[in-house]
Amino acid sequence: MKPAAFDYVRAESVAEALAVLGQEGSDARILAGGMSFMAMLNMRLARPKVLVDIMRVEPLARLEVGKGALKIGAGVRQARLLAFDGLESGAPLIAKALPFTGHAQTRSRGTVCGSIAHADPSAELPLCLVTLRGHVHLKSARAGRKVAAEDFFTGMMATAKADDEMIEAVSFPTPKGEGTAFREIARRHGDFAIVACAALVSDNGIRLGVGGVADMPVARDIPLLDGSALDDALNALAWELDARDDVHASARYRRELVRRIGRSTIEEAKRCRA
Amino acid sequence: MLDMPQDKAGEWVGRAIERVEDAALLSGGGRYLDDLGVKPGTLHMAILRAPHAHADIVSIDPAAAKALPGVAAVLTGADVAKLTTSLVVGVKAPVECWPMAVDRVRFVGEPVALVVAEDRYVAEDALDLIEVAYEMRPAVVDPLAAMEDGAPLLHHGFPRNIASDRSFRYGDPEAEFAQAAHRIAISVRYPRNSCTPIETYGLVAEYDPHEDAYDVLANFQGPFSIHAVISRALKVPGNRLRLRTPRDSGGSFGIKQGIFPYIVLGAVAARVAGRPVKWIEDRLEHLMASVSATNRATTLTAAVTPEGRITALDWDQVEDCGAHLRAPEPATLYRMHGNLTGAYDIKNLAVRNRVVVTNKCPTGLNRGFGGPQVYLALERLMQRIAVELRLDPLEVIRRNLIPADAFPYRTASGALLDSGDYQKTLEVGLEAGRLDELLARRDKARAAGRIYGIGYAAAVEPSVSNMGYIATVLTPAERRKAGPKNGAQATATVAIDPVGSVSVHVASVPQGQGHRTVLSQVVADVLGLQPSDIRVNAEMDTAKDAWSIASGNYASRFAAAVAGAAKMAADRIAARLACVAAAQLNVPAEDVMFAGGKIAARSNPANAVPFSRVAALSHWAPAQLPEGVAPTIRETVFWTPPELAAADEGDHINSSLCHGFIFDYCGIEIDRDTGEIRIDHYVTAHDCGTILHPGMVDGQIRGGFAHALGASLLEEYAYGEDGSFLTGTFADYLVPTAMEVPEPVIVHTETPSPFTPLGAKGVGEGNCMSTPACLANAVADALGITDVRLPLVPSGVAALIHGAEPPAPAGARAKPAPAPTGKGERLMRGGGRARVGAAPEAVWAMLLDPDTLAAIIPGAHDVRKVSDTKFTADVTLGIGPVKGRYKAQVSLSDLDPPKAVTLSGKVDGNLGFGGGSGRITLAPEGGGGTELSYTYEAFVGGKVASVGGRLLDGAAKVIIGQFFAALARKASSGKGTKSGLVSRLLARLSSLLGRDAR
Amino acid sequence: MPRLSADARHTVRFILNGREVKGQASPRTLLSDFLRHQIGATGTHVGCEHGVCGACTVDVDGMLTRACMTLAVQVEGCAVRTVEGLAPAPDRLSVLQAAFRRHHALQCGFCTAGILMSLDVFLKAVPDPDEEAVRDLLSGHLCRCTGYTPIVRAALEAAAELREVQGETTHA
Repeated sequence: MKPAAFDYVRAESVAEALAVLGQEGSDARILAGGMSFMAMLNMRLARPKVLVDIMRVEPLARLEVGKGALKIGAGVRQARLLAFDGLESGAPLIAKALPFTGHAQTRSRGTVCGSIAHADPSAELPLCLVTLRGHVHLKSARAGRKVAAEDFFTGMMATAKADDEMIEAVSFPTPKGEGTAFREIARRHGDFAIVACAALVSDNGIRLGVGGVADMPVARDIPLLDGSALDDALNALAWELDARDDVHASARYRRELVRRIGRSTIEEAKRCRA
Repeated sequence: MLDMPQDKAGEWVGRAIERVEDAALLSGGGRYLDDLGVKPGTLHMAILRAPHAHADIVSIDPAAAKALPGVAAVLTGADVAKLTTSLVVGVKAPVECWPMAVDRVRFVGEPVALVVAEDRYVAEDALDLIEVAYEMRPAVVDPLAAMEDGAPLLHHGFPRNIASDRSFRYGDPEAEFAQAAHRIAISVRYPRNSCTPIETYGLVAEYDPHEDAYDVLANFQGPFSIHAVISRALKVPGNRLRLRTPRDSGGSFGIKQGIFPYIVLGAVAARVAGRPVKWIEDRLEHLMASVSATNRATTLTAAVTPEGRITALDWDQVEDCGAHLRAPEPATLYRMHGNLTGAYDIKNLAVRNRVVVTNKCPTGLNRGFGGPQVYLALERLMQRIAVELRLDPLEVIRRNLIPADAFPYRTASGALLDSGDYQKTLEVGLEAGRLDELLARRDKARAAGRIYGIGYAAAVEPSVSNMGYIATVLTPAERRKAGPKNGAQATATVAIDPVGSVSVHVASVPQGQGHRTVLSQVVADVLGLQPSDIRVNAEMDTAKDAWSIASGNYASRFAAAVAGAAKMAADRIAARLACVAAAQLNVPAEDVMFAGGKIAARSNPANAVPFSRVAALSHWAPAQLPEGVAPTIRETVFWTPPELAAADEGDHINSSLCHGFIFDYCGIEIDRDTGEIRIDHYVTAHDCGTILHPGMVDGQIRGGFAHALGASLLEEYAYGEDGSFLTGTFADYLVPTAMEVPEPVIVHTETPSPFTPLGAKGVGEGNCMSTPACLANAVADALGITDVRLPLVPSGVAALIHGAEPPAPAGARAKPAPAPTGKGERLMRGGGRARVGAAPEAVWAMLLDPDTLAAIIPGAHDVRKVSDTKFTADVTLGIGPVKGRYKAQVSLSDLDPPKAVTLSGKVDGNLGFGGGSGRITLAPEGGGGTELSYTYEAFVGGKVASVGGRLLDGAAKVIIGQFFAALARKASSGKGTKSGLVSRLLARLSSLLGRDAR
Repeated sequence: MPRLSADARHTVRFILNGREVKGQASPRTLLSDFLRHQIGATGTHVGCEHGVCGACTVDVDGMLTRACMTLAVQVEGCAVRTVEGLAPAPDRLSVLQAAFRRHHALQCGFCTAGILMSLDVFLKAVPDPDEEAVRDLLSGHLCRCTGYTPIVRAALEAAAELREVQGETTHA
């Protein structure tokens, strides 16, 4: 279980990394924390010709709150974000969700943007990004662009990022007084979610994000409902997400969790707001 | 020879001293197999494995792999077969068992070829270059289905896939059933799982052509009866297979017995390559193809009195040993043969045992070995009896337990239960674990509307296996022909060097159980020394050590057998030393004692000589030894208990020497929303005879409990119905972590075994036997259900709690109904639609055009047209970073131009194989466009299914979506330019179909 | 910008347990293999090579790191700590190691090195953890022998002992 051969580039600037991506296209892959990607390399599921290590590019390690958004550079590791003083105020939902991401031993190396780029439909950070209406800042040697989270994820591990682009940063809008809550059901602590729910509740309504069910994280706006009306809305969402069976859980179970955990997450977010 | 006085037992034995092993293991100083150096020039082996559960090997082309720089040799099954003979099969049948597939593969992961190269990275590069063509066969994975008419047959020598079918009868079960007040039955399935040691298999093999001898270092664990199997396969006498084990082993739990087919492969590879060969199994190989516990389908029926007394049991067991019946199977089924009545006094017994083969990994030793399978049925039955007769389940257990005054107790099928006071252990357990409080907690929880249950289980834990029990699978006539097999030879050597320091050598092959520490305690007690004075070596070397077929670390035999043998060896040396010392002290030998590093007169302890002085005498001045006293340099004891006789003509077998007792109970709560099970309270009361080291005994109980908890709640080697393996990583095969394992309340009673030198019995496997049944009973109690399926996955448990599902709201976007595919089946279904800016005719034409297909099949290159409706292509498929190259075959059928067509395909590549078919329909849309809709069914197998099961559905959807998106793009852009081609194609199609396409 | 070719071996240098080490690695050489087979630091074990079992966990610049999911070339110039660097002297054990021995927190010992490294880094950041926090940390490791409780107990006892030592030094 050893990787196939590849060249290794230790990029010293964003421009250098982008130059390699520009030349090699889909044969090149960015290596950041490597916590998902290295397993695929070892299993030879991935066989890039060249890996571009961006962890020594200092500008990518920026982590800042400004202009209504928490902006996280591609070099920011998950553990650093979790320990960031501004996290609780800047992104309380992430503060609640991030402890569910892997384990201390993977958060220490894994990056925030790496998880977004990997686009695992069960992962917590993509779910937060979609729920919070965050943005992905993409850059290529040609140009840069900013893509809304809901346009970024296009399917199972599939994103709108072109082969010559890399994620330079992601940004999460800072909260405007919403109540937030996050709940996740997994087989074991730290496993990929069978269902994860992220809820934001404000005067304008409820926004519920669901991970682990559809091929990508999905968030929906729901009016401020209660009782059976909320149950109906959740049931509609549960059916809409096209849940599937896998070795860990049935489709029916996933829908059940969307209804039940979705509801308890929304209620918790309401309490959090109050 | 004098017997030593027994009155000063246990200054060190019985104390939880710190382990001598630990300092090195805690400092990075372990000596595990992969930590030891190898000879310069040693090559590294990698193994190509079958992606299919059942297929004929049409051809293997190793040329490209052989040509890769750094590769020394590539061997196929045929190459291996030339230098070996088939491994022995445990039943009498015309069936072969090769360590590498010859002509046909029978499980996913079966070795197909091996490469030896300068390093492991290059060896794996070469694996990618070996081209194997397979012709798939239907597979069967369910043991009951395997016996049905028309089921795919694995081996011609096993008709209906049945390797053995034996019936047994003890007492008069028919009479008891005929007159029974109640007849209560239960059917259970025990799943496939494994204790998955964190260190995988590893070996270094070398061949000496001049002496035709193999030298193998492997983290094998025994039993060393397997040594004979390996040497026979390698076609050398036993003395030309030197098998050694390293000092440290990273866990085994039975599993490392299963390395032996790889020892054959490594040995042959070394012989062919002419250089030593090293192999470290990787985790994917381990999960897919090392060894697993057997899965078993059991129906157990009891004849029961109105009071809940069982008068007879009827077992029907169907054991699934996977694709090959590898030695020592079907031992899992027969290990418990003497113990089929558990802890209960039941005189009448009927048994039918069938052993079947299926397209799954072969089975072998795994902690509990047969016990989990038996007790899940037996203890679930006890709970059912209580429910059906409206009795307290604890009362049903109590009424059937073997009375305390009945020991030694002969069971119906022949086991001799050595000792015990089951009633006492049970009552001590109830008291210490506070059952009364637990019952109150259940009442309170239920009153509050929560789902809470209590389960019980009682189990006899056998240890020190009779090497003859496996012969019970043979008929008495076959046994007579095969010759007698019985006993459980244990060996130990105590040696004294010229300065009088003491060494102990055993063939016990520890894998973390602290044998060196315990043996130092045992021998220190006998010789009046400190444990730190005793140096223990438990490395094994069949060329030099005292060993026998029963040597090794399995069947919980260390404390009872090996430590006992060491005590006997120390006693013998001590008896001789006493004679030597007696002469020097001028006292009779009977008056000599060993204490504080001295040998002294009991009557006058001041009259003493240093131990080392007496101990060294045999080296320096053998002439001074008293008349008739043999030297004290080295004493080797071979010990086998006389109780372990061969099976008799009536198939009675004392399958094990010692029998501990376990009584477990627990309270569990089930989350109403999620179906998750929380263990609220778990009590496990043990009687394992004399406790030699309390810390290690509790360590064994906790470890066994954690394994059992995994087997009950999390772990399963899952297979699809097509035999694809679905739990190929540690992210899919879920092992409990510190968050999932609670601390059980552990309670001890001690009833020494009269049959073992130290009174000790085994303790390592008991909770693997009792805990799954106990948890299953608690869930049955909580939910009021009969059929409890392990592992108790939340998704399945929730299905029992949640009522009918709320229907999809009317008017909701129709989704393809997620058909109840059942767990694990890798059939994926889906569909979608796309809007295309071209007329149906134009779209139709594109679907039939290789150039267009080349442009729209994701990653297609080199599309070739075989016929009008058949194409081949090389495709690079993938999502995200996962990418693989495949050979694809695409065909079109059921053509209904220009309205509908079925597109079918097959792909095959390094990452696995797949296939499927999709029905595409084209409907005209306003404005000259087409609405294209499609449904598909796809299957995927091989590596991607094993390691990426969670992601496959979505991945298939992405790839299929890419295809249609590309089609839509191409059609929209190419609108109007292809009319010539369209009409040409349509014309051809109409002629093809014999009707007017318009 | 250094580009290391797949076909060549490259010198990799870093600080291992306080001493500079170097060896030859291909870009694809895993840190776990490099430590064990190039440097000879075999105390770090390999259990799964896909980042789940935790046996290979080491400390790279203060970050817990799965050595099997890290390339040797990635730690060029870094400070790496492994189990071999935990004891204060070759014939002594650290507070944490000694607590493991007292509590029988290991049996086969194969997963132990990774667990010790996790706890070593963790207890520096969280000197007074509760049982839940220790279990949460340990959930990044698989142990098949102990059932975990002895490990939890050893960790909590070592934490208490280290706090005491720390208190004494601060007060001195």
